[in-house]
Amino acid sequence: MGRTTVFTISNCKRLAVNEYEFWVKAPQIASKAKAGQFVILRIDEFGERLPLTIVDNDKQAGKIHLIFQVVGKTTAALAELCDGDSLKDLAGPLGKATEIKNYGNVLLVGGGVGIAALYPIVKELKKAGNYVITVLGAKSKDLIILEKECKEASDELYVMTDDGSAGEKGLVTDAMSKILTHQTINFCWAIGPSVMMKFCTLTADKYNLPIYVSLNPIMIDGTGMCGGCRVTISDSIKFACVDGPEFLGSEVHWDEFISRMAQYNEEEALSYGQLKRQVKENA
Amino acid sequence: MPKRSYTQTPMAEQEPTIRKDNFEEVALGYTVEQGKFEASRCLQCKDAPCIKHCPVMIDIPGFIQAIKDDDMSKAYQIINRYSNLPAICGRVCPQEKQCEMVCKLGKSKKFEPVAIGKLERLVADWSFEQSSKDKAVKLDKGKVAVVGGGPSGLTVAGDLAKMGYETTIFEALHKAGGVLSYGIPEFRLPKDIVDKEIQQIKDLGVNIQTNVVVGKTIDMQEVMDEFDACYIAIGAGTPKFLGISGSGLKGVYASSEFLTRVNLMHGYDFPNYDTPVENGRNVVVIGGGNVAMDSARSAKRLGAEQVTVVYRRSKDELPARKEEFYHSVEEGIEYSWLTNPIEYLGDENGNLTGVKCIKMELGDPDDSGRRRPVPISGSEFIIKADEAVEAIGQGANRVLLDAFPELDLNHWGYIDADEETCATSIAGIFAGGDIVTGAATVILAMGAGKLAAKEINNYVTQEKAKNREGSLQ
Repeated sequence: MGRTTVFTISNCKRLAVNEYEFWVKAPQIASKAKAGQFVILRIDEFGERLPLTIVDNDKQAGKIHLIFQVVGKTTAALAELCDGDSLKDLAGPLGKATEIKNYGNVLLVGGGVGIAALYPIVKELKKAGNYVITVLGAKSKDLIILEKECKEASDELYVMTDDGSAGEKGLVTDAMSKILTHQTINFCWAIGPSVMMKFCTLTADKYNLPIYVSLNPIMIDGTGMCGGCRVTISDSIKFACVDGPEFLGSEVHWDEFISRMAQYNEEEALSYGQLKRQVKENA
Repeated sequence: MPKRSYTQTPMAEQEPTIRKDNFEEVALGYTVEQGKFEASRCLQCKDAPCIKHCPVMIDIPGFIQAIKDDDMSKAYQIINRYSNLPAICGRVCPQEKQCEMVCKLGKSKKFEPVAIGKLERLVADWSFEQSSKDKAVKLDKGKVAVVGGGPSGLTVAGDLAKMGYETTIFEALHKAGGVLSYGIPEFRLPKDIVDKEIQQIKDLGVNIQTNVVVGKTIDMQEVMDEFDACYIAIGAGTPKFLGISGSGLKGVYASSEFLTRVNLMHGYDFPNYDTPVENGRNVVVIGGGNVAMDSARSAKRLGAEQVTVVYRRSKDELPARKEEFYHSVEEGIEYSWLTNPIEYLGDENGNLTGVKCIKMELGDPDDSGRRRPVPISGSEFIIKADEAVEAIGQGANRVLLDAFPELDLNHWGYIDADEETCATSIAGIFAGGDIVTGAATVILAMGAGKLAAKEINNYVTQEKAKNREGSLQ
């Protein structure tokens, strides 16, 4: 528990259009992180606190792996960081870990950058002896990330794209329905955009399949202190940062959740626009 | 000697019309001359009741005499013996319910009590201007961990460092200070004052590790393996919600979130800082404590046209500090007494449009001795609102407690610790502040910290003596 760590980043890479990855030096977090948990980071003194899922951890090197999609100011600024740069703040691992055990046959569905959050769960469920079927979905071929890694950790892997540029053309829920009509699945996970998770839940419900989703509401402290990330689960208020982020999909009040995600759209656009102008002026 | 003034020497303040638009401090502080004049009002009682009513028992007549004698350095030394955060306590303590309440001068009909808080603030602010640093003590008496960097944790760490302990504070957020950093707004407690106080504690040799969530980043077993003792002061930071229909609408905040965005994340300075905060036009704040006042006055400063505080009891029961209530009224905050929200109303986009309330009347006194509010049927009405802030109290933060089930809790879910010694059910682990008492005041949390520092010192000294005896055999 020595001196305060410098959160130095390394192995910065672009994974896909608008999707980036790096590893961060954080020995304490690396030694504790479990599948399903996340960190909160802050780039600099003026920065906001941003939650990101821990994709992987290398205990020996004392590093954690983070993947993010550029959707606004902070993620755009993160994408500009290079090997050797450091983050101002990094707290974690936060949230409850996924309950890893042998469920039997499991179905894992990941969409877009959500695949990054799904991958550690795929890996751990496989290690725990499950028969793992994974479905990855994205708009097009070049947005499918971690396909090789997921394939290695799965017994079956299916890829779905909106435009048919990789795997099959269609939505992840199409693949789910197909699998569920001819195979018995004991448990399911879906991680991706909120609308995708909602429809995965509806699909799973049709087959009476219990499904876990990993919610990604707006967060500030991430330690249960503010209630910004509150979600309605079966009519009671839960904080995604400490009670989740995983919940049973059938218990999530989806419309409220999706609506709350858009709370700061205007401010987010303003902030991102300001960064883009600065970048242009500096160019 | 001039005639003793009947009233407290007034402190300069920003004009309400100006300050309602900025986050700068409202009260501007005494000059040394004003301080000396106010100090001359003190009767220098032999059996000073003010000392007994200060939770950290500052020698109040002593430091006031030093101000009067124009020896600010001595005044600071006296306060510093008792308090590690005088610039903060001088500003946010409810002196009217503590030291100033029992001031003998104030007990006589014509006189107001001595402005003890304002004088304490003067001395502390004066000390920031001086270059002399507290000399760091050699830290060789043992290692103590402090979980939580709020007022209680900072106090215990400061005292232990002064005694010669190597002390490490583990703080979950990116900044220490606890409620001083995320809760109390700049206009009451400027953040550079908090930073300076924290720096003074660091100068004593205290190591503050931010971004460490004990129970997650490290666990209590690791803490106990490395340290001789531990003090848990994680506060009561989990917001409570009314749980009425519509709580999930956009625009409905817990005060904890609203104030964290404003204070810790500097949301009022968006987009210079990245964290946005909604600036509603019509804001309803629910509650009657200091947190409600802070939320209402912050909303006004963010540009709200109308801010209404909705409180289920009447003005007489308002738990907030009187001074803050008057400040809020001067700034144009409106009050709806004997009113309780029963539903949030929203539009098709999930945005808050109004708060449906019901009028209350006061019935028989409850356990706390206050008259219980009872709804008047048929009195429902709607307050137009695009933002609502619930400031109805906080509970224990579960993150550490859930990860550490060995620790005994009381039936409210707070840590069961001895009031006299701060000892918990586990030897070597002490606890104090809001995580023991439930949400209370900064100064009470500091008082617990002072008590704990002494007890921790006794405990570690005894344990080490025992170990030495053991090794001789």
